Amino acid sequence: MDIVVCIKRVPDVAEADVEIDRSGLRIDDSDLSWGMNEWDTFAVEEALRLKEEQGGTVTALTVGGEDDEEVLRRALAMGADQAFHLQDDAFSASDALGVARVLAAAIRKRPYDLVLTGAVSGDTGSAGLGGMLAGLLEVPQVALATRTSYADGKLEVQHEVEGGLERVVELDLPAVVTIQTGINEPRYVSIRGIRKVASVEIPVEGAGDLSLDAAALAPQVTLKELFLPPTGEGAEILEGSADDVAEKLVEKLRERGGI
Amino acid sequence: MTTASKILCIVERAGPGLDDTAWELLGAARALVGDGGRVGAALLGEGVGDLASELARGYDDVWAFDDARLASWDGEAYARAVAPLVAREQPALILAAHTNLGIDFAPGLSVRAGVPLLPDCLALEHADGGTFEAVRAIYGGKVHARYACTPSEQGVMATLRAGAFAAAEPGAAASGEIHTESLADDVGQGRRPVRTVEPEAGEVDITQASILVGVGRGIEDEENLEIVQSLAEALGGEVACSRPVVDKGWLPKSRQVGTSGVTVKPKVYVAVGISGSFQHVGGIKGSPFLVAINKDARAPIFGVADVGVVDDLFDVVPALEEKIREAKG
Repeated sequence: MDIVVCIKRVPDVAEADVEIDRSGLRIDDSDLSWGMNEWDTFAVEEALRLKEEQGGTVTALTVGGEDDEEVLRRALAMGADQAFHLQDDAFSASDALGVARVLAAAIRKRPYDLVLTGAVSGDTGSAGLGGMLAGLLEVPQVALATRTSYADGKLEVQHEVEGGLERVVELDLPAVVTIQTGINEPRYVSIRGIRKVASVEIPVEGAGDLSLDAAALAPQVTLKELFLPPTGEGAEILEGSADDVAEKLVEKLRERGGI
Repeated sequence: MTTASKILCIVERAGPGLDDTAWELLGAARALVGDGGRVGAALLGEGVGDLASELARGYDDVWAFDDARLASWDGEAYARAVAPLVAREQPALILAAHTNLGIDFAPGLSVRAGVPLLPDCLALEHADGGTFEAVRAIYGGKVHARYACTPSEQGVMATLRAGAFAAAEPGAAASGEIHTESLADDVGQGRRPVRTVEPEAGEVDITQASILVGVGRGIEDEENLEIVQSLAEALGGEVACSRPVVDKGWLPKSRQVGTSGVTVKPKVYVAVGISGSFQHVGGIKGSPFLVAINKDARAPIFGVADVGVVDDLFDVVPALEEKIREAKG
């Protein structure tokens, strides 16, 4: 099975203080560490797991600038067979659909049975790439997968639906599947593992290579401003030492029937 | 500013009834539709006649797709079924809820319909020159972003976060027009439902607990769970958690609160080291007294909590446990 996995480099904001820079359009990322989008690490692992079971290839793709090559190298270190860096100034202003068009054009250039990507990205959190890719490639898709297995030309996928339920569906291939966290345990990549792939050449493909014109890349969705979430209607913040706030909390809990 | 002449809302079912978002979409649509414009609902399922009548108490048009192929949640079938309706009715705006089902069908439908997509909106309004502006939460809710969207000739699509828009109240009479829609031939192709998987029952049913201590990523390590277990014991409650704790295998899925986990209705919820993603908060119902303990003052959980402590949970939680035990004697 030939699997394409679409990945993205994002800043890790889980434990970080996020500030907006002076442009008002970007966060100040000088103190943030960057890496592969968490969901995408599970997508790469799932692709490798299926390949190890079924044979075939795993190809990693990302759309982005120079620095973003890092995540492709990580995918190679995890075990991907090849990687392509979709890089062009013409891609830099693209919206989510534009990025999906770039990826779809790159996917169409090669034989594929399955496209995997993280269900969500930790930066813009749109959760839209997989569905858009499937729409552009005109293949079936399923979102939020928590298990995949392959037999007899069909992929069985368990995924999250509403109300805490999960459903198992059967997909004809080729197809697109978006991967949830927790589906597997992404393999650890050592520094030595990264070094081993340091000299692997990662081909760059631009708008010309992908036959994409300006109209396909013109954004319809543009960012106007970033701002910090309003805090006015939020929680009453208790101040003081740990013992002080604990005492105040006990009073509050007593009032509300918690004690 | 212009207004939309025709808005199509793709509504969701929940169990035998309608999901709350069905009326939230209507509330959002009524604020955006122009005078004399029409707001329609696309309803998909099997045996949905009663629900169509219910929707007709608020929506001007109800497009009912009633077919066995739509009995289960299936985003692929939803997208394929609704695309021809969109092509025929040409709504200026398509709305859906940003739920697991919405995530499954909306991006694919937006491509099929040839419209740009504004996903997971917290606010949506008309702006100059026929554009729309949306507010979205990004970077895990730590930052909000305002986006402008230029519709294509075919219009624009947006998915709305559950609970972010005020619901419209249905009227007494079912005065909307109900239309019976037939399914396109390709519905059900490419993807077929196999079975539904019920969540595994845990040793403890947290849906019945009146006091819950929820623990999240901030707990850092499995062995640290002990301090929240002690706090829950002191309170006479149960331990619940957010997704990262289950992903790491530290607690069973039966303790995960959220839209992809369990829906709980406690009287008191103490969120420890939980950032407060909408998926997690979406599983907390019944407006409990919500206490948040998190060292990150920007964590979205403080936006929904009643009382917050911005401090190291490893200091606050043991202190709180001690004070509770003292208070209880």
